[in-house]
Amino acid sequence: MATEPTTTPQTLTSELALQMYEQMRRIRSFEERVNDLYRSAKMPGLAHLYIGEEAVAVGVCSALHRDDYITSTHRGHGHCLAKGASIERMFCELLGKEAGYCHGKGGSMHIADHEHGNLGANAIVGGSTGIATGAAFSAKSRRTGQVAVCFFGEGALGQGVLYEVMNMASLWQLPVIYVCEQNFYNEYTHYSETTAGEVAARPAAFGIPEEEVDGQDVRAVFDAACRAVERARSGGGPAFLTCATYRFHGHHVGDIDRGYYRSKDEEEQWRRRDPVEILAAWLVDRGIADRSKLERVDENLAAEIAAAADAALEAPYPDPREVNEHVYA
Amino acid sequence: MSTPSTRALPKQHEGTREISLAQAVNEALAEELRRDPMVFVVGEDVAEAGTPFKVLSGLVEEFGPERVLDAPISEAGITGLGLGAAMTGMRPVVDIMFGDFVTLVMDQLANQAAKVHYMSGGNLRAPLTVRTTLGATRRSAAQHSQSLHAWLAHVPGLKVAVPATPYDAKGLLKTAIRDDNPVVVFEDKMMYSTKGLVPNEEYTLPLGSAEVKREGEDVTLVATSSMVYVALDAAAELERAGISAEVVDPRTLVPLDRATIVGSVQKTGRAIVVDEGHRSYGASAELAALIAEDAFWHLDAPVRRAAALDVPVPFSPVLEDETVPTAESVFELAKALVGKP
Repeated sequence: MATEPTTTPQTLTSELALQMYEQMRRIRSFEERVNDLYRSAKMPGLAHLYIGEEAVAVGVCSALHRDDYITSTHRGHGHCLAKGASIERMFCELLGKEAGYCHGKGGSMHIADHEHGNLGANAIVGGSTGIATGAAFSAKSRRTGQVAVCFFGEGALGQGVLYEVMNMASLWQLPVIYVCEQNFYNEYTHYSETTAGEVAARPAAFGIPEEEVDGQDVRAVFDAACRAVERARSGGGPAFLTCATYRFHGHHVGDIDRGYYRSKDEEEQWRRRDPVEILAAWLVDRGIADRSKLERVDENLAAEIAAAADAALEAPYPDPREVNEHVYA
Repeated sequence: MSTPSTRALPKQHEGTREISLAQAVNEALAEELRRDPMVFVVGEDVAEAGTPFKVLSGLVEEFGPERVLDAPISEAGITGLGLGAAMTGMRPVVDIMFGDFVTLVMDQLANQAAKVHYMSGGNLRAPLTVRTTLGATRRSAAQHSQSLHAWLAHVPGLKVAVPATPYDAKGLLKTAIRDDNPVVVFEDKMMYSTKGLVPNEEYTLPLGSAEVKREGEDVTLVATSSMVYVALDAAAELERAGISAEVVDPRTLVPLDRATIVGSVQKTGRAIVVDEGHRSYGASAELAALIAEDAFWHLDAPVRRAAALDVPVPFSPVLEDETVPTAESVFELAKALVGKP
């Protein structure tokens, strides 16, 4: 569906572009360290890495205010960090430590950061679509001017509840932006085997403006997100962004042998469209930063990540007696 | 035994009046909608239609369609929307027309609402109220007659209320709306016209407080929802047979007032649990286990249960009536338990 062009509320200044680079790099480095922690058996459970998809979270969240809401997915670390979460508290949560965002009760798939409007990652595919739509309903009812962003992968297109809430969002003109991270795989199955018709036809059926975006280009994501957010904030109702992207790693950290569902050649082609590199090249090309400046950003981040991970590894576990706390408010 | 005669016990409040259970629910919602602008009602046919049971009649006229919302037939979506609103400062009351439809919202209730507070380490809250129904004998067959309260009572993080009287229904619903946790309130659809006394002044009732609906010495009947009336009618008949039965109504299954139930059984030495859920793995099993564990040394006989048959609820009245506990069946069970011929 064609989208009404509206005024972009924020322009991509050099400063913002550099912030986006740093945030994408932070997510990348964080996730690489998560992978190391898992492979060295220091992290319990498992994690679903966001590497390769950083431009979507950063582009969208850069268009949001601190008190705007997001809901996230099992592949949620990028959304959390892009919305402002602290690296150390994230590491602590992934390691099941007391200082984690959820005091170790949530883990990788359930990080919520209410101070930044993050209503939580969700381990049920499509499970947070109702929450995001309800948060938008609440923002509209309370007349706060907030918007809600619902991140989900294209796998959630198979869940009926998504269509139930999209219907209500359009009926009631709720300020919610559905962000479909189209990474082409429902876990280990190509989406073409699971998804009939066109993705864009789904929001169109509900009268929700849809835009298809290059999810590897953070500037394109940001522009589209700004349009959708501005429309939602000014009472124009919901929007649907489809961001084509790719998870460079497997479905989760343990998904190493992927040949049975996707080719090395395909992976290699997508890796050539690395969202961090695409922005870096643009920054250099525009003269906003040179390579050495970006390397300094990378080095500072590496130190930040290392310090946070070390602190989290040393941090205490919760007292076992806390198991009964927080069942009820 | 014919139509239940005892429909509610008089309360001690100054100035009471008699209203139906439907009116009690309506009043609770109207009072909370008036009191707190964050409260809203959403569900299928809740506005002008006032629900098929006419429980919500008049609310949309007073509070408008922005606070009493007719929703699409999307139970999971409605509940999810309510949850998101609850997590961001509102106090939604979600109307799930028939208790059978909680099967459609199990992810929203069991995986989402119930776990929000715990999974977030206490950072997020879900003050969500879900109103729905239970109960058979309305000739509505297998998909509109189930009593599924035990399904939800099994999930930590949810609270479950099963009020039996207008007084309890009003007081518990008001508390549920003010509670910071998800609370599911089951109303027996056969009780909406049941009348009882409520105080003229405002009141609330705590969740987790059982009530002795009738005092007795020989046997305790622990009864939930409309089974309270079955138990009261059985108790009246037992009295004529020389047996003194005490009727205890838990009023909420979660939290559960264990002390009142166990205390009663410690006094009487015999217990029958009367509940309209299916017998196997149901609320009656949990309540019987509680009594067996905590009142074992006071028991003079095994704990008995009167519950719904383990069959889908059939349509034909002659079949359906076989599936639920009745005052007659509870009377016979109690008589045998006490050892009187």
